[in-house]
Amino acid sequence: MSEALNIIKDETLTYNQELIALARLGESTDDTIVYSDEYYAAKAKGALCDLNEGRMPYRPRYICPDYELLFQKGCEFLELEPPKDLLEAVNVLEIFYRHVPSITTFPVYLGSLDTLLEPFVIKEDRAYAKKVLGLFLKQIDKTLTDSFVHANIGPEDSVTGRLLLELTEEMQLAIPNITLKYDPVKTSDDFAMACVKCMLRTAKPSFANHRMFVSEWGERYAIASCYNGLNIGGGGFTLPRMRLYECSLDAKSIDDFFENELPKYIDLQLEYMDKRVKFIVEESTFFKHNFLATEGFVKQENFTGMFGVVGLAECCNNLLGIKDNKKGFGLNEEATSLGIRIMDAIEKRVAEHEAPYCDAYGHRYRLHAQVGIDTDGMDDAPGTRIPIGAEPTILEQLEVNEKFHKYFPTGTGDIFKFEETYLKTPEAILPIIKGSLANGLRYFSGYLENNDVVRVTGYLVKKSEIEKLNKRQQSLNNVTVFGKGAQDGGHALDRRVQKQDDINRSCK
Amino acid sequence: MTLTAPVNKIIPFSNVDGPSNRTAIFFQGCPFNCLFCHNPETINMCVNCGVCVRNCPVQALSFDESKKVVWDKQKCVQCDTCIKVCPHTSSPKITWMSVPDVMKEIHRTLPYIAGITTSGGECTQQNEFLIELFTEVQKLGKTCLIDSNGSFDFEADPRVLKVCDGVMLDMKAYPEEWHRHLIGHDREIVLKNLHYLLEHGKLYEVRTIIFPGRDEENEAAVRYVSEVIRDRCFYKIIRYRPFGVREKYLPELGEFTTDEAYALKYVELAKSLGAEKAYII
Repeated sequence: MSEALNIIKDETLTYNQELIALARLGESTDDTIVYSDEYYAAKAKGALCDLNEGRMPYRPRYICPDYELLFQKGCEFLELEPPKDLLEAVNVLEIFYRHVPSITTFPVYLGSLDTLLEPFVIKEDRAYAKKVLGLFLKQIDKTLTDSFVHANIGPEDSVTGRLLLELTEEMQLAIPNITLKYDPVKTSDDFAMACVKCMLRTAKPSFANHRMFVSEWGERYAIASCYNGLNIGGGGFTLPRMRLYECSLDAKSIDDFFENELPKYIDLQLEYMDKRVKFIVEESTFFKHNFLATEGFVKQENFTGMFGVVGLAECCNNLLGIKDNKKGFGLNEEATSLGIRIMDAIEKRVAEHEAPYCDAYGHRYRLHAQVGIDTDGMDDAPGTRIPIGAEPTILEQLEVNEKFHKYFPTGTGDIFKFEETYLKTPEAILPIIKGSLANGLRYFSGYLENNDVVRVTGYLVKKSEIEKLNKRQQSLNNVTVFGKGAQDGGHALDRRVQKQDDINRSCK
Repeated sequence: MTLTAPVNKIIPFSNVDGPSNRTAIFFQGCPFNCLFCHNPETINMCVNCGVCVRNCPVQALSFDESKKVVWDKQKCVQCDTCIKVCPHTSSPKITWMSVPDVMKEIHRTLPYIAGITTSGGECTQQNEFLIELFTEVQKLGKTCLIDSNGSFDFEADPRVLKVCDGVMLDMKAYPEEWHRHLIGHDREIVLKNLHYLLEHGKLYEVRTIIFPGRDEENEAAVRYVSEVIRDRCFYKIIRYRPFGVREKYLPELGEFTTDEAYALKYVELAKSLGAEKAYII
């Protein structure tokens, strides 16, 4: 059977999923962009990975349109007027979303929904506004069928923000992903607590370190896809990743790794990025003819390339000859220090590279701790995370994260799984999040064990939907299959649960 | 000489030892001997008999020069054999710590916590230590709560309450005979503390355990406590659980956890008597 026939005969794929798979297959027939032999060798070894971006990029990977501009002046190409009330506002957004491309074919950024919609929401009766927003969320979940679709809220409290949280909890949908931009002054404890309670019930929102992102991007930043920091009115051209464990396999010593292997792979990944970025800007029509660019909803100079890494933990453990992850990176001072040395080296070399375009960032690419993909298995933990099965206590896990999050303006994060008692004591979680963000954590995600909606490495899936795939049934959400792969191969849902069972307190 | 205390365990983040996120410090040693004690190994101090040293499968326990049992944290695999074989309901896995030792641990957790809770065993046996520790923690702007069985006379040593933000007090049983039987101790001092702490604004919470099928005893305790505290502090109704309870007491106390619906009746009773802040865990 041909690959195309395999796709067409796969009963677990929806029509949309078949269409995307067939388009990827078509794209892979072209070889206009040619890389060096060394690059192909590194890719074949698994040291470099292009995340199946496709051979012919016909749009940037991630696009974060300026929705405020849309509300100010409307859109000529789509014949949309600036909205005058809530119904018009959600209608304009729903239409516009359908035309925002990305690697997934769905918009990875839906805007700061609370600030966008608040002026319209406060003019309406609360119950009516809730009804409209509920239909809006349902429209998103059933038509933008991919969990990398991401909405932002905060940092300030708002009626819209509260309604979105209420609806998220009531509707129990996996889409969209949601992030609260958390600022210790601008975000009230009361609003943050509402977010914690919603997070325990639905695995969202996550908490982004607003001050940290603002210091790197300015106020106009978006959190898109899993947890990616990008410019509003811009985005990410491309995201390849170094699989650091595989990058370390040929090193004869730690010195050899730093002197030869690491720089070699960094440079090869930069070569890949340069060629793709040039192709997207110079050859593809996106920045020249797509209405998003011609009408100013995105500007080419606001895009950057995202330099991804995974498997820092396994890389450090391999270089130090540590076989047991429980005695390695994150739990062992020497391995963690080596991790810092590696990240310093990557950061320095990438910063020395003159990147094509990327005007808004001094012609530089920005680092990204990639969240892993379903086929990674147990070889490379996401980004700089401590591997599944080796997690120490939440305190130690946070302390390690706080050392590494600063390297990644285009995104990193970790996930904490809480036991049921936290449902009765959600107020015990907020100080943990606040303390850690103040200590340099960039991004905090949490969820409750035994929930249906859960976070796999960085995106949300429903366990009940994974079950459908296990029974060879179709799942509407394009990401469910990644969740299944990440669980089957990487045990991604088996993250350590924060338990209080060390001492039995029921007599106390 | 530096003041030290026997620490059984420090839990960096706890959501069940008082409000918000707290660092919980468990001290070894308790003057009560509750039949239902879930951590009986915290009751007595080690007498260095050495039974555990002989039984440790990984040689993590040994005698030092002065014939005291010492525990090697690194070697220990937490199999709890030592606790199972101990003839004195004690544990060799304790660390004698000074206030600066404990503060070093707290400095790590400080950014993430609302405060600390001292528990046990019975932490008030270490009253001198608590006074020093709380003074240091309060300097850092964090709260200090005591989890107590009520055996310590708070009125007799008012220095403790001066540096303590509140007490979580166990009122495990009420009828005199039942209290003596269940706890191995008279109830007078506990009752005295209940009133004293309440009057001095230091009673954060009272806890009572609901045993399966003990209608009379359960009701007596809930009635008494509720009528005293009213809405002036929290009242935690705890379901009896058999986990960790010494086997010889299980036939009398029960092999199963108290039914939630049964325990909820006592929350309702407490509320009907004015203890509006009653809740179940």
